Amino acid sequence: MKQKRSLLERAAAVPHMLWAVLFIIGPLLFVLYFAFTDTKGEFSFSNIELLSSYSHIFFLSICFSLVATAFCLLIGYPLAFVMSRAKPSTQKLLTVLLMLPMWISLLIRTYSLMTLLDNGGLVNSLLTSMGLAPVTIVGTGGAVILGMIYDFLPYMVLPIYTSMSKLDGRYLEAAADLGCNGFQTLFRVILPLTVPGIVSGVTMVFVPSISTFYISQKLGGGNFDLIGDTIERQFKFTSTYHVGAALSLVMMILILISIAVMNRFSDSDGEDMPI
Amino acid sequence: MKNKLIELRSISKSFDGEQVLCGIDLDIHDKEFITLLGPSGCGKTTTLRIIGGFETPDGGDVFFDGKRINDVPPYQRQVNTVFQKYALFPHLNVYDNVAFGLRLQKVKEEEILERVREMLAMTGLRGFENRRTTTLSGGQQQRVAIARALINRPRVLLLDEPLGALDLKLRKDMQNELKRIQHATGITFIYVTHDQEEALSMSDTVVVMANGKIQQIGSPTDIYNEPVNAFVADFIGESNIIDGIMLSDRRARFAGHTFECVDSGFSPNESVDIVIRPEDVDVVPVEKGMLAGKVTSVTFKGDYYEIIVDVCGFKWMIETSDYVAPEAKIGIHIEPDAIHVMKKSEYSGMFGDYSTFSEEMDHLSDPDAEVESEEGEE
Repeated sequence: MKQKRSLLERAAAVPHMLWAVLFIIGPLLFVLYFAFTDTKGEFSFSNIELLSSYSHIFFLSICFSLVATAFCLLIGYPLAFVMSRAKPSTQKLLTVLLMLPMWISLLIRTYSLMTLLDNGGLVNSLLTSMGLAPVTIVGTGGAVILGMIYDFLPYMVLPIYTSMSKLDGRYLEAAADLGCNGFQTLFRVILPLTVPGIVSGVTMVFVPSISTFYISQKLGGGNFDLIGDTIERQFKFTSTYHVGAALSLVMMILILISIAVMNRFSDSDGEDMPI
Repeated sequence: MKNKLIELRSISKSFDGEQVLCGIDLDIHDKEFITLLGPSGCGKTTTLRIIGGFETPDGGDVFFDGKRINDVPPYQRQVNTVFQKYALFPHLNVYDNVAFGLRLQKVKEEEILERVREMLAMTGLRGFENRRTTTLSGGQQQRVAIARALINRPRVLLLDEPLGALDLKLRKDMQNELKRIQHATGITFIYVTHDQEEALSMSDTVVVMANGKIQQIGSPTDIYNEPVNAFVADFIGESNIIDGIMLSDRRARFAGHTFECVDSGFSPNESVDIVIRPEDVDVVPVEKGMLAGKVTSVTFKGDYYEIIVDVCGFKWMIETSDYVAPEAKIGIHIEPDAIHVMKKSEYSGMFGDYSTFSEEMDHLSDPDAEVESEEGEE
């Protein structure tokens, strides 16, 4: 049944509609338009055909983001577990500490990380002052992944922490009652019941990781071309707008597919937890 | 001969400086159906949680089969629990919930299949194997919880207000069901409830608790017929509790009259509490009564009338099968064996006068209020 909305309600929605049309739907239409036209403005599949030459970039981006996401999960899950079990005051403190870096621009954080890891940076100065050989960090794939982990870890921890603190203590007591020791409780009860948190955490780390361009430019020292970098470069010149748009379109589809896959996961596993 | 399975020795426990249990001594025998009964906040759930291993006592010892188990974690105890709101795992279906304990014990899948089937048959859940627990009704979830606990063949099953969330009809069915399962399995049941009728009809032994202390331990008939103090007399069933004096053995004086009774062993002229159950009072014509009073209210209860009679300012509750008109003057006759004499206690004078009847009963019989405050206690 459709309820008639009052005039006021409809009026209140207008700014949002305008916003959405101007800044979301409009740009998307532009992406579509550019992706399927050539420089003369005529309809063409040439941009899409060109994409096969970028497949190694797609592959590298996916690999980097998957590795970064896996590490975030490995670090983030135990951290969220510890947080959810701490005293309420400690929980608040840890949450603030975790959020604090998010108040600083991602660009500044990445730049700072670069200066720390650089050849003449703090880490290497420390190593040389201790009489050890300096190591090259910036410019390696590891540095790019480290940057992704550093920048996006909070997005993994927070949703998992939320679903863990929502977890009813009675399930843990029931598990102990039926014979679970600590580890068995973790793997047989806590893990399956926090799948929704894991799913949103993974999505929230994977998506920005695969589309980032700044991290790879700064920490990769220009040695790695990821999709984000490639797209950014295409949009520096009007002539390559069309290829850039085609790349963006493919990446959007990739992201949508990965979100759909992740959502399937959480749907089949206890999303509707009765608490 | 039944032997002691669990012994609690001077158990005490406090939460945030508030004493919840205070000197609990209790023996639980093998194959016994024992019920911890009391109002909310009396410590019954905490006692159960100490036996289950979910709380550690501040003082005192818990013995299981003669061994001290204070520091044994729940997963190493031969005890399983049916939790207040079942706590079924929402990520598992009925079969996997019931099989949970056996999988941990690394039992072979063929044997698990057999035992789960047997358990589901016993609890009337055949055919529910693949159902998600969230799609089951309260009564079905209850059965899954019982099956999940019993399949581990525990020595003791702890049940924490297991029927609290069910409607009256289902409660009655499940009471019989539980009794049957207990007989069939021969497992010791420790049952927590605030419902005195449930406690009396199901248990071999009833433990009445109040304010963190055990008030009385006994069989349902003992508890009902021989309550030790005003609290027990009032909490179990309806009671008129009157101030009296024990003149000598078998002679008690109360309400301005001297009665013959069957109790003895009090010092001469000792102050006592007298308990008389509403169904033990006979209504007679005024001239034939030992006491006389005026009827102030009459309530039809189906198979009897519940009347409130004002006898010199003290209101008695009487159950009678004959109709009596409101405002009528009636006589009261009490047989010697209907009079139960109790020593004075800290609860003397707090219960047993029906002047403030309705409010008190509303408070005691509201199960939702009970559930909420029990949770606060944890």
